[in-house]
Amino acid sequence: MRHAQVALAGSGSGDKAQRFRAAALPYLDDVYALARYLLRNTADAEDAAQECYLRAFRHFETFRGGPIKPWLLAILRNVCRAEYARRVTQPAMQADGLQAAEQCVDGLWTEGGSSPEADALGRLDGETVQRLIAELPDQFREAIVLREVNELSYREIADVAGVPVGTVMSRLARARALLRAAWIAEENKS
Amino acid sequence: MTCEEAIVLVHALIDGELDASHAREVEAHAGSCARCAAELAAARDLQRALRGNELRYTAPASLRASIDRAVPKPADAPSRRSLLQGFALGSAMTAAAAAGVTFVIVGGDRDDRILGEAVSAHLRSLQADHLTDVQSSNQHTVKPWFNGRIDLAPPVIDLTGQGFTLIGGRLDYIDGKPVAAIVYRRRVHVINLFVMQGMGGSLGAPKLETIQGFNILRWSEQGFNLMAVSDLNREELEEFGTKFESAAKAS
Repeated sequence: MRHAQVALAGSGSGDKAQRFRAAALPYLDDVYALARYLLRNTADAEDAAQECYLRAFRHFETFRGGPIKPWLLAILRNVCRAEYARRVTQPAMQADGLQAAEQCVDGLWTEGGSSPEADALGRLDGETVQRLIAELPDQFREAIVLREVNELSYREIADVAGVPVGTVMSRLARARALLRAAWIAEENKS
Repeated sequence: MTCEEAIVLVHALIDGELDASHAREVEAHAGSCARCAAELAAARDLQRALRGNELRYTAPASLRASIDRAVPKPADAPSRRSLLQGFALGSAMTAAAAAGVTFVIVGGDRDDRILGEAVSAHLRSLQADHLTDVQSSNQHTVKPWFNGRIDLAPPVIDLTGQGFTLIGGRLDYIDGKPVAAIVYRRRVHVINLFVMQGMGGSLGAPKLETIQGFNILRWSEQGFNLMAVSDLNREELEEFGTKFESAAKAS
């Protein structure tokens, strides 16, 4: 399999390169952003994005048309998993963040809280929000980034993450609950 | 709609993933349930707060340049040798990882996906007021209905006498292919029995799995793959499978 693909790549003409560049390069920011959130640092994210594009080019024949962004992000995710598996599975939450998350079991609302309107989240600066997202546990972070940053549909997220659409939905629900709890904890800090 | 369903579906609602009739159902539920209304408001509020921020990262120019160098340019169609060198340099990839990429893209977790899609199809059938295309408790009405609509003749078996009421049939889609959905009811529980062409390889003995609180019983017979999806408890769903199978053998 691997040899066949290398041979294919080797016989690729300028046409393939041209098609690949036109299709894939516009999504570099998306690829890089997902890598930043998954790996949580600049240098690793740059390496992963680069590796993603090399692999994508090499496997471009297997791309079956349709939107290319989810296809690229699936490769990126695989790069991150394979190359940085150990790091990526490290527990990410700070102790206090985790505690806040655990208090929020069933949903976004809080038991006996005031009306939802009164609970509207205040403003945090962009970097703080990025950090709060980066501190979410892996599978929830991945789901919410693919949705809110990469703007994929549920079906596309399901394909990228290799889980059923129903799982995407429940992960998003959980991710939002955790993020909202972390957001409130952050507001109360300042 | 139960709160359990609604509390997850409010997210699909705010993400624009529901069609109009599902959306109305979730909104109607939230209109009469304070807890789900709060969940919906909180989810919308978080989405609003998130979208007020720049969450994206921009790839550094150096990375852009480096990828630009690494991917061959149309003008200089590379020799095979230089291309291989480029790959060797750029890649810390193992053969296993390479196989993984192909698998993820081409194969996916097909099995998981099919189970997920079966649950989605089941949910859709309950929510969209589209449980049946042909409504009949008569197997001799339901079975011929599939003629010409799908290229298989699904086993349609009336189990009313055994506690599972046949209520009709429907055409649905799983894994991008048309499948026959045969609908039964046990008390208030709906069972969708999806029948699809077997893809070679039998599933063997019936397997019971639980996804999102739904039980799924899968087995194969007569060259079909069958999936019964329901919120019915495991024991009774297995009973359904057993009764269906023995009736199918007898027919």
